[in-house]
Amino acid sequence: MGFFLETLIGGLMSGMLYGLVAIGFVLIFKASGVFNFAQGAMVLFAALAMARFSEWAPKLLGLDSKLIANLIAFVAAMAVMVLVAWLVEKLVLGKLVNQEGITLLMATLGITYFLDGFGQTIFGSDIYKIDVGLPKDPLFLLESTFQGGILVNKEDLYAAVIAAALVVALSIFFQYTATGRALRAVADDHQAAQSIGIPLSRVWVIVWSVAGFVALVAGIIWGSKLGVQFSLSVLALKALPVVILGGLTSVPGAIIGGLLLGVGEKLSEVFIGPMVGGGIEIWFGYVVVLIVLLVRPQGLFGEKIIDRV
Amino acid sequence: MLYRENGQFKTSYRADQQVFPILQDRVAIWGLVLLAIVAVPLVAPEYLFRAILIPFLILSLAALGLNILVGYCGQISLGTGGFMAVGAYAAYNFFVRVDGMPVVVAILMGGVCATVVGVLFGIPSLRIKGLYLAVATLAAQFFTDWAFLRIKWFTNNSSSGSVNVAGLNVFGFPIETPAQKYLFCLGFVLVFALIAKNLVRSHIGRSWMAMRDMDVAAAVIGIRPVYAKLTAFAVSSFFVGVAGALWGFVHLGSWEPAAFNIDRSFQLLFMVIIGGLGSIMGSFFGAAFIVILPIVLDNLTVALGFDTALAAHLTFMVFGALIVFFLIVEPHGLARLWSTAKEKLRLWPFPH
Repeated sequence: MGFFLETLIGGLMSGMLYGLVAIGFVLIFKASGVFNFAQGAMVLFAALAMARFSEWAPKLLGLDSKLIANLIAFVAAMAVMVLVAWLVEKLVLGKLVNQEGITLLMATLGITYFLDGFGQTIFGSDIYKIDVGLPKDPLFLLESTFQGGILVNKEDLYAAVIAAALVVALSIFFQYTATGRALRAVADDHQAAQSIGIPLSRVWVIVWSVAGFVALVAGIIWGSKLGVQFSLSVLALKALPVVILGGLTSVPGAIIGGLLLGVGEKLSEVFIGPMVGGGIEIWFGYVVVLIVLLVRPQGLFGEKIIDRV
Repeated sequence: MLYRENGQFKTSYRADQQVFPILQDRVAIWGLVLLAIVAVPLVAPEYLFRAILIPFLILSLAALGLNILVGYCGQISLGTGGFMAVGAYAAYNFFVRVDGMPVVVAILMGGVCATVVGVLFGIPSLRIKGLYLAVATLAAQFFTDWAFLRIKWFTNNSSSGSVNVAGLNVFGFPIETPAQKYLFCLGFVLVFALIAKNLVRSHIGRSWMAMRDMDVAAAVIGIRPVYAKLTAFAVSSFFVGVAGALWGFVHLGSWEPAAFNIDRSFQLLFMVIIGGLGSIMGSFFGAAFIVILPIVLDNLTVALGFDTALAAHLTFMVFGALIVFFLIVEPHGLARLWSTAKEKLRLWPFPH
């Protein structure tokens, strides 16, 4: 039982992180109708920037405070992500206004490749570490109930809290602010939104910047846990089924989908995996999603898809 | 002056329905085919076969298959690598387990197995479409990756996880030297390109295109979505499966699942985008471009004195930039540039 709970909690925690990456997808889709395949590349890029800046800042400025170095790195990395957002709008999306979703998806595939190559060219391709002072020591819960207690990583708890805070803030932003409404209008129809005076280019820069911010947070958490390296961009492939399961337009759906798949993945790996040779984590999420989509084509929390001729 | 259709009157229905209605096109294509069959094997050095020509032929066959699905039917698929793997491993199993199995039959049976798997993974396309489908097809990719790595039966219980085939021959002719392999692949590509070209001109092809342009409207005018989408998945996966079997049997000789990983899927999608969505010719252009580009970039960066890691990153960047460039500037890819050039040539030297 203790082992089961431990697996469950481990699943919840990794699910939270999938959800964090998935929010980035949802944000951009909700606000501009673009399925942003580049979210994983953005996480890698942001994390690389963060790791390298926090390494370079003390050397350049002669400081030795880790906090200030991290702060500077965070601000600089955020600035870089805003710049990326602006460039993406200027060079790519601005020229593809009112195109079909599939064209835009493929354009973000191009951005993915470019960011992967560009990030590693300027920031290097070794394994870097981010140290923002998240506690690493494990926590033992319920030691009186189970032998040895349940091992929980404190780092994971912090990550969960941060993710939850982000979800709440973003949901409020979309639901109750004028900018949030403008973003949703753009998602419905580029041309119509533009014709009633919503500045499309500004909306796109805003939403890609927010997605960059989410990517940076996700990158920092993953990076401080596992180190920053190219394999981080594979994370996006883990987050894809999460987004689809939750529904492309639902921020809470991304988190709930993340938790469901995180738990499902861990439990299936531990309890079903040994029967079929292991390693089923890789496809478990995708196959679950396939089955869910057959029943609910819009995902669990997505808006109903209506076809018109 | 040279490229003009003036005076070429079509007096029969048959003449009007030819694949290449203009005489000059027919001559050029026959010339190209003869060149590829006769001249190339005589003069090309071995490196050219191994590094460029054989990969080009096989990948253009796969791109042809993917183009039918993505370009003609509008069902975006990110699982192509998985279908290639199914083709390769199924062909391997037929080849190894059945005594005296001819290579060609084994390869075609690989294609048939890929068709079955492709239709299976195509069934969700009846319910979901667009972006959701793109992610759903990734399931095929990851599932096959895993299955061929973990389930020992597929690899004939090979201990290392990699499989290999040797001693290929067709009707007693061995397929060993690069030139023989090249001709073997060329035969497949020529036949399949002709089949594809005729399929997309037929009523099936038109129903695919109607599905692509607007599926609801197509259903309203009486095109059955189930039939159109599933035939597209079936034909596409058959082509891709045959290409996968060729890739394993002829190009690699011995392979493991990593040969058909998700990067292969993306690579094929890029070929289709850059070559031209919905164009048979474009599949060949795209394949040529993507096979040759990394080689050129590698040589260029080495010549300029950069290291290999940087060369790899540069390749990434150039690919990314090119995809975006083509989507913005010429969404119909290299094939459209080619047909524009032909239009211009028709009017030359008087552009009005």
